[in-house]
Amino acid sequence: MSTMTFGRAINAGLRRALEDDPKVVLMGEDIGKLGGVFRVTDGLQKDFGPHRVIDTPLAEAGIMGSAVGLAYRGYRPVVEIQFDGFIYPAFDQIVCQVAKLHYRTQGKVRMPITIRVPFGGGIGSPEHHSESPEAYFTHTSGLRVVSVSNPQDAYTMLRQAVASDDPVLYFEPKRRYHVKGEVEENIELGEELPLGSASVRIAGSDVTLVTYGPLVKTAMDAALAAADDGISVEVIDLRSLAPIDFSQIEASVRKTGRLVITHEASRSGGLGAEIASTITEQCFNHLESAPVRITGFDIPYPPSKLESHHLPDLDRILDGVDRALDRPNSLSGLVGRTK
Amino acid sequence: MRTDELSNSPGQQDSGLRGDSGIIQLVSPEGDLVGDPDFDQWVEDVSDEQLSSLYEDMVVIRRIDTEATYLQRQGELALWPPLLGQEAAQIGSARALRSDDFVFSSYRENGVAYCRGVHYGDIVRVWRGNAHSGWDPYELNMATPQVIIGAQTLHATGYAMGIKNDGGTSVAVTYFGDGATSEGDVNEALVFAASFQVPVIFFCQNNQWAISEPVGLQSQIPIASRAKGFGIPSLRVDGNDVLAVMAATRVALRRARTGGGPTFIEAVTYRMGPHTTADDPSRYRDANELEIWAAKDPLARVRALLENKGIFTPELEASVAAKADAVAKEMREACINMPDPSPMDVFAHVYSTPNTTLETQKEHYARYLDTFAVASNEGVNG
Repeated sequence: MSTMTFGRAINAGLRRALEDDPKVVLMGEDIGKLGGVFRVTDGLQKDFGPHRVIDTPLAEAGIMGSAVGLAYRGYRPVVEIQFDGFIYPAFDQIVCQVAKLHYRTQGKVRMPITIRVPFGGGIGSPEHHSESPEAYFTHTSGLRVVSVSNPQDAYTMLRQAVASDDPVLYFEPKRRYHVKGEVEENIELGEELPLGSASVRIAGSDVTLVTYGPLVKTAMDAALAAADDGISVEVIDLRSLAPIDFSQIEASVRKTGRLVITHEASRSGGLGAEIASTITEQCFNHLESAPVRITGFDIPYPPSKLESHHLPDLDRILDGVDRALDRPNSLSGLVGRTK
Repeated sequence: MRTDELSNSPGQQDSGLRGDSGIIQLVSPEGDLVGDPDFDQWVEDVSDEQLSSLYEDMVVIRRIDTEATYLQRQGELALWPPLLGQEAAQIGSARALRSDDFVFSSYRENGVAYCRGVHYGDIVRVWRGNAHSGWDPYELNMATPQVIIGAQTLHATGYAMGIKNDGGTSVAVTYFGDGATSEGDVNEALVFAASFQVPVIFFCQNNQWAISEPVGLQSQIPIASRAKGFGIPSLRVDGNDVLAVMAATRVALRRARTGGGPTFIEAVTYRMGPHTTADDPSRYRDANELEIWAAKDPLARVRALLENKGIFTPELEASVAAKADAVAKEMREACINMPDPSPMDVFAHVYSTPNTTLETQKEHYARYLDTFAVASNEGVNG
């Protein structure tokens, strides 16, 4: 067990994957000598060579398509997309090839490709550097999609993703790269929580708050703040966005009767919609109020001076908790609000 | 396997580039040997018997093509993409390959699939709608043909990166058309292949048409000339001349196997049929264009060469026809007797590991289907 940053934990996971399996190769722009624009791959090319840690030309479709060819050949490519907003040139190869080849070939060809995507806002970046494109991929059958929220999960789930015989989109919350945490590297992958499982971060009894990635920290802060008001919030970290571990959410909602979902991504057609509708179907008779979504607006990602208005923060999440609890809130009017 | 036999090209030196300096042609449309000082040597080992065999291949795949078109017209196939006119381009290249080379093709390379040893029924499995793939790619060393235009060129390039990493001597060969050369994927594949100097052959069948769009809409210069800009040597070859195609492919294979990196081959040919059985070329091209190319028919050319060499006998003609008929019969029978997939197959192989969301949907659909069985049983009993 040692203390390391989020980014360093991913680096350690990549290093271990490279050590364990000679068929693991890393591909991406600037991942070699530079160590990636976020330094996540720092030192790996030096230690494993340019044929294992490959600086590619600046062409995301090219990276993804050649990763498909390498997978055909029996390799396990780990691809870095430099920023969330740069993934779209690779969209066709991901959706039409990476996701479908196992189905297309009736299981003959596997695509054990891990696609690492630094995602989300909050770092004051210019356009195309702060997006949350996960719903495009959760809507695509054949892909697994995960998002990590802490250094230990970052390490463990990276290794699980590389070990997966199915393709995995691995969304890294870039604004949490420098958060430190304890990381146990001596783990048995088979004994860890499976890649598809959600995790209860804070147990509670009044309302279920579901989120993932960068907002897990914000949601946990919100739960602590709500506790000051005597409200017990259960925080669930989805970890897996496709498939979603509905059993954990259902168990929680059967207990609390109230559901809030929060994500940075735009609302319409997003994960919040999927969770709200499925939980309504499965737990209708347990719900005391309508599920609430606290999300980014249905806008292109705004200029950084405006991003704090777009990104759900502690107060907006608490406002959503109030709505779920039928307490005075921004929609009802704040008259009578306690505190 | 004959593929490997013809892949043992003799020890010629690299014949260099011919991308900009005219089309390589070894046999004229009249079946005469043209006499090429650079490229004749690359096929001088092809015996009379092997030449007859190439002719047989071309006749057989034309017969497959014709039979599949019939099957489509009879409602047995949903669609078929004819290769009529492109037999020399496909046979000349595919017969030059070793069995451990790996092919990444488009949907029109059914002649290549034949050379790789596909079961005849499997050629039409996709087009009957029974599955998205006809064969195990690792059995034939041929990927599932690609429908997304040009996407497979990147797969071949990545596969070749793997070959190079592994220290192998096999080659990745990708087939695509003139239209594909406008796609970003193809251009990115050329960049990657050049940057990493990997053993891949870009085999472009320029059949003059991308559905209704003439090649001039894709490129203002000969397609082979484009490769130069990527730093990739190219060859422009008469795609209706099976020996010229084989020679060019052998040059490229030699280069790839000996660490010389990628080669781009443009085989200039003609799509004599429609884009698919759903297409109507009379809406966009002149009938006289077809006549011009019919005079350059790749089968007629090999036959003329065999006749000029005095080895086209009635026995050869009869045995080739018998082989073609037998293949067509086997393919037809396999097609019409192909069992439909079972309803629950719709869920199969989306993932290689269990997926809770999909398992739930699968379970519900199975229960839904069971209600029909129950209702049917009640009907019988009641």
